[in-house]
Amino acid sequence: MARITMREAISQALWEEMERDPAVFILGEEVGVWGGTYAVTKGFYDHFGPERVKDTPIAENAILGAAIGAALVGLRPIAELMTINFAFSAMDYVVNQAPKLRYMFGGQFKVPLVIRAVGGGGRQLGATHSQTPDAVFAHFPGLKVVSPGTPEDAKGLLKTAIRSDDPVLFLEHATMYQVRGEVPEGEYLIPIGQSKVQRPGRDVTIVTYAKGLELSLKAADELAKEGIEAEIVDLRTLRPLDMGPVLESFKKTNRAVIVEEGWRSYGVGAEVAARIYEEAFDYADAPILRVAQKEVPLPYNRTLEQAALPQVPDITAAVKEALK
Amino acid sequence: MNKDKLLQMYYEMVLIRRVEERGAELYQAGKIGGFMHLYIGQEAVSTGLIAAREPRDRVITAYRDHGVAINCGISANEVMAELLGKVTGTSKGKGGSMHMASVEKNMWGGHAIVGGHLPIAAGLALGDQYQGNDNVTICMFGDGATNIGYFHEALNVSMLWNLRVLWVCENNQYGMGTAVERASAVSEIRQKAEGYGMKNGRVDGMDVLAVYEAAKESMDYVRRESKPYLLEAVTYRFRGHSMGDPERYRTQDEVKKWQDNDPIGIFRAALLKKKNISAAELDEIEARAEADTQKAVEFAEASPEPGMEELFRDVYVED
Repeated sequence: MARITMREAISQALWEEMERDPAVFILGEEVGVWGGTYAVTKGFYDHFGPERVKDTPIAENAILGAAIGAALVGLRPIAELMTINFAFSAMDYVVNQAPKLRYMFGGQFKVPLVIRAVGGGGRQLGATHSQTPDAVFAHFPGLKVVSPGTPEDAKGLLKTAIRSDDPVLFLEHATMYQVRGEVPEGEYLIPIGQSKVQRPGRDVTIVTYAKGLELSLKAADELAKEGIEAEIVDLRTLRPLDMGPVLESFKKTNRAVIVEEGWRSYGVGAEVAARIYEEAFDYADAPILRVAQKEVPLPYNRTLEQAALPQVPDITAAVKEALK
Repeated sequence: MNKDKLLQMYYEMVLIRRVEERGAELYQAGKIGGFMHLYIGQEAVSTGLIAAREPRDRVITAYRDHGVAINCGISANEVMAELLGKVTGTSKGKGGSMHMASVEKNMWGGHAIVGGHLPIAAGLALGDQYQGNDNVTICMFGDGATNIGYFHEALNVSMLWNLRVLWVCENNQYGMGTAVERASAVSEIRQKAEGYGMKNGRVDGMDVLAVYEAAKESMDYVRRESKPYLLEAVTYRFRGHSMGDPERYRTQDEVKKWQDNDPIGIFRAALLKKKNISAAELDEIEARAEADTQKAVEFAEASPEPGMEELFRDVYVED
């Protein structure tokens, strides 16, 4: 096992897949000469050349439209959106084209496309550049939505996404590129659509993913000091959503807290809670609680921004509430 | 052009007209649902254009796609079956009027979001460039699509990346009910290519032979120079924008004036001037198109509906 950062894990996945398959190429803003706005593709341009690491104008419709077209004729494009917030400029391609072309034309087309995008708050970028709108995208059938919380999962899931014949939206968190974790040596893949228990426990189930995982692991350490053992289920994929490990854990603990960075209303937590109630209502010993972002556009001021984002104490408090 | 090719083009134009006339009847009878946009009046554009392509050249168009589908070699049976939502249709009855395609015929779809398929067309051409192919992607769209951002992003990257795309604007004078002059800062659409340093031209879209010549020439340029080209075909749709169009935005006189310029009539007259083509031959072709349309209706009516298993199929590849 090697201990590497999230950035290195994503970069390795891209590099390995590009070495393995000449049909894989990257396109997006500043992916080439610059080396990636978040330095994920640093060194790629010199190694793979301008055709396979294609710099584009700041034109999200051209980026995603061109990626879809290239995917239709047999390539495996990885389109990078500098941030997920810019997906709104090209929403048509993310939710209205890529996920529908196969179905709408009776199964004739394949769209083996990966859209990589960075999201999340906490960097004082102001309201339009700080969103975590994951649930919006997970709403649409035909798209797969992946959002890893560890370097191991990021590498294994991204490699699977690149090999998938369906469009995959791969969401990275802007404050997690330095997160370190153990990654297996050599080639490995992690299937899309499998939730995973990241920390075992008996008292309460915390369901989360991505940045929420980092916060929940810290919260679980705090709670352990008080003798509360939280079990953390990491969704890893938002669509298709794997409720198996969530339900299994809930049937054991009978209590759940869902942690997400996006807004609470109509969010991932709402979906997960509804499914638990639908499928395991009789096991509930307490209302399912949600920890999420306050319902405001994220402010620039650091104190206000941090107050709007979910924090470790919010999670420990919710867990204690659920255990009352 | 040899006689067989000319007669084939004539057949296709008449077939498109007949299929759509029957389609309109079936729509009125409630057998076709949703939106249906007829190509009647514009047949010369797609027919001339696609007659000039090689089979390896790709075609992608907007939602007014029945004619394009037929010109690309999709059978009238499959087109009619798709209109009726049958499993034997081009898209198994799951796409409808606006979504006909055939990978086998290199027809990459009718697309229903105005302008949305233009960046995708650039992507088809990018894919070919990446793989070292010299095929041309022919991308058709209406005048209305040239006012939306997609158009400009797509034209820009096609020029920037030296993509082999033949952009074809079918200027039929109206985006839905809004006249070109009321929607576009320049009513001569080809001028928009100038801003991207892109070669461009304008052709009479009611004259199939003129379209063919312009298409041949521009496609040769695109293939040879590995550069995009914008061709504007000036045309007119005789019917409404879609089946539910009150047509308050134009006069009957105007429609009549264009109908006197019927592209099928113009082509017929041009063919009859040729020594080796007789009126009897053209009458026979018209009768064949009529009979093939009738067969297509019968085929579509007799075809089964998609089964419930189709509801969940093809959302993802492994489905």
